[in-house]
Amino acid sequence: MHYGNSMHCSWKTLAANKARSFLSMLGVIIGVMVVIIIISVGAGAQSLILNQIKSLGSNLVGVLPGQSEEKGPPVAALGVVITTLKYEDGKAIAQSGNPHIIGVASYVRGIDTVVVGDKKTDTNFLGTTASYINVEDANVETGRFFTEEEERAMGRVAALGSQVAQDLFGNDDPLGKQIKIKRTPFTIIGVMKARGVSGFQNQDNQIFVPLPAAQKLLLGINHVSFMRVKVDSGEYVDSAMDFVKQILRAEHGITNAADDDFTVRSATDGLAALTQITNALRFFLAAVASIALVVGGFGIMNIMLAAVTERTREIGLRKAVGARHSDITRQFLVETVTITLSGGIIGALFGILLSVIAATVAQNLGYKWDLVVTFSSVLFAGAVSVAIGLIFGIVPARRASRLNPIEALRYE
Amino acid sequence: MSLIDVKNLSKEYRNGEVVTPVLRGLNFAIQKGEFAAIMGPSGSGKSTLMHILGFLDTLSSGQYIFDGRDVSTLSEDELAEMRSCSVGFVFQSFNLLPRTTVLDNAILPLMYTKDKRPEWSAKAKAALESVGLGHRLHHMSDQLSGGEKQRVAIARALINKPELIFADEPTGNLDSKSGLQVMKIFQDLNAQGHTVILVTHEKYTAEHAQRILRLKDGALVGDEKVRDRQLADGNGELRK
Ligand SMILES: Nc1ncnc2c1ncn2[C@@H]1O[C@H](COP(=O)(O)OP(=O)(O)OP(=O)(O)O)[C@@H](O)[C@H]1O
Ligand SMILES: [Mg+2]
Repeated sequence: MHYGNSMHCSWKTLAANKARSFLSMLGVIIGVMVVIIIISVGAGAQSLILNQIKSLGSNLVGVLPGQSEEKGPPVAALGVVITTLKYEDGKAIAQSGNPHIIGVASYVRGIDTVVVGDKKTDTNFLGTTASYINVEDANVETGRFFTEEEERAMGRVAALGSQVAQDLFGNDDPLGKQIKIKRTPFTIIGVMKARGVSGFQNQDNQIFVPLPAAQKLLLGINHVSFMRVKVDSGEYVDSAMDFVKQILRAEHGITNAADDDFTVRSATDGLAALTQITNALRFFLAAVASIALVVGGFGIMNIMLAAVTERTREIGLRKAVGARHSDITRQFLVETVTITLSGGIIGALFGILLSVIAATVAQNLGYKWDLVVTFSSVLFAGAVSVAIGLIFGIVPARRASRLNPIEALRYE
Repeated sequence: MSLIDVKNLSKEYRNGEVVTPVLRGLNFAIQKGEFAAIMGPSGSGKSTLMHILGFLDTLSSGQYIFDGRDVSTLSEDELAEMRSCSVGFVFQSFNLLPRTTVLDNAILPLMYTKDKRPEWSAKAKAALESVGLGHRLHHMSDQLSGGEKQRVAIARALINKPELIFADEPTGNLDSKSGLQVMKIFQDLNAQGHTVILVTHEKYTAEHAQRILRLKDGALVGDEKVRDRQLADGNGELRK
C-alpha cells in the first residue's frame, strides 16, 4: 500500500472523530509544547545571564563574604548575611601594588525613604567606593562622582542614577540640591549616564553614596556586601584571583585555604553557578514534559487499541481483498503517527506562542532576554512526536495485522 | 490441469475441548471457466468451504491445490497476493466500508496492488459501470439499497480481474428482480472467461450455473450438470 494513501485514509478517519482525535492528542500537545518552551526559555535565560556577564565585563573578579562550595552558588548569594568582608579589605587589595589589578570597588546596598522638598519616596541606594566609576566603566552625565577623599571622610554627597534624577527632579537641575536619605541630608554632586538594566539589577534607579557614609549613617553596619576587582586583561584573571585570596587570608589571619571566610569568583565562575541552577530547572521541566509525552503516548495507544477493535470488520475486509500484514501494520502506524504529529505541530505552535509571550514580557520588564526559537528545536519536537507515534502505535498496529480475516469479518 | 483440486479436505473448529467437524473429507475438482454452484441447507458448511477455497481460512486436513500449487505451502504474503490478484469475493453480508463512497469501496482492493494511484478511479468507475452503478459513484455506501450494495460488492470483487470469483448467497438479501440482475452479471462474467463459484440454498438460483455441488453436514452428497440452465437478462425478466 502507498504511504500517501495511508496518510489520506488517516486524515479521513481523524476528521470523522474530531473530538476524540483532539483529546487523544492532548498529552502530546502538552508534552511538545513544554519541550519547546523549555528549550526556548532555557536559551532565553542563558542569553540573559550571558548579557549580564558581558555588561559586567569578563575581566571582573567578584569577592563575596563566606565560603562556598566549588561551582555552587555562594552562600551570600542565597540571602544569608555574612559580615566577614570589611571596607579595609578592599583598600588592602587596591594598595597591594599588583600591576594587573587596576581597580577595586566595594559595595553595600539598601533601600530607604528619600525626601526631596515635600516629595517622599522609597529608593535604592548603593554605598560604594570612588573607584566604582573606573571598575564598572560608568560615566557621569552632569556634575561629578565623589572623590576618594570624600569617600574616606564619610562625605555626605550623592550621585543620582539617571532614572532617580528624573523621578525626583523632573526637568530641574538637581546639582547642588539637598536630599534626605533616612533623614540624613546629602548634597547632590552628579547625575549618572543611563546604563539600562544590567543583568538582574537596574543601574539607573539607585543613588550612589560613599560607602563609609552608607555603612555608618544609613545602615549601621561595619561590613561590605561584596567587592569587585578589575583586572587589566582576561588572561590575568586567574593569577589575580589567587593574589586576592592571599591578601584576604593575610588580612583575616587565615593560614589554611579550607578556613577561608570569603569567596573569590570570576565572571565565568558566576556563569557556571547560574547555569547549574538553570540546568536543574530545565531538567525538572524536561522530566515533566517526558511524563506528559509518555502519558500521551499511552493514551494514544489506548485509543488505537479501541479503534482496532471497533474496526475489526474493516481490517478483515482489507485482508480479504489482499492486504498483507505489513500493509495493515503500516496503515495503523501511519494513523497513529498522524495523530501524534498533528498533536506535535499544535503543541509546537502553542509552545512558540508562549515563548514569544515570555520573551516579550521579559523584554518589557527591561531584561536583555533574547527570543530563541530555533528551527532545530521545532524539528526535534516533530521527531519526538513521530517517535511517540511509532513507539506507542506498534502494539495496536501489530494486533490489527494479526487478525484472522475470516474471524474479523464475522466480528459483530 | 484443474483450477481447483480438492483432496480429502476436512475442516473442524476447536473451542477448548469441543471439536466441531464442519467439512468431512471432500473430493472434487473445478476447471477453468466453469460456473459452479454449491448448494446445501443452512449450516452445511458452504461458506466455510468457500472461505477455504478463497484463501481466507485454512483447512484442518487434506489438500487444496490451486492452479497446481499446494495452498498449505504458501506463506502469509503469498496468500495475500492470491486474495489480491487471483480471487474476488462477494460476501453473504455485503461487507462494504461504512461512511465511505461507492467509488472508494470499489477502489479498496486496488490499494494492495502495484497499480498506480492515478489509475484507480478510472478502473473503479469502469467496474461500477459494468454492474450498472455508474450514476452512484459518490453516494455513501450506507445510502444504497440492498441490490445496489450487492452490485458494489461485485464491482469490488471484479476490479482486479481475478480469474476466480466467489459469491456467497449473492441474491439471498435481494428481491427476485435485483436477484436476477445480479445473476445476469455473473453469467456475463462467466461468458467473458471468469470462473465463478456461487453458494446458494435456492435451487432456482443454483440452476443459473452449469454444475451443482451438493453439501450436507459437511459432506459432498451430489455433483451434477445442470440440464435445463436458467438464463437471466439485465431487466430481471426470465429468458429461456
Ligand atoms: N468459528 C467457529 N467455531 C465453531 N463452529 C463454527 C465456526 N464457524 C462456523 N462454525 C460452524 O460451522 C458450520 C458451517 O457454517 P457455515 O457458515 O459454513 O454454514 P453455511 O452452509 O454457510 O450456512 P448458511 O447457509 O446459513 O450461510 C455451522 O454449523 C457453524 O455453526
Ligand atoms: Mg453461509
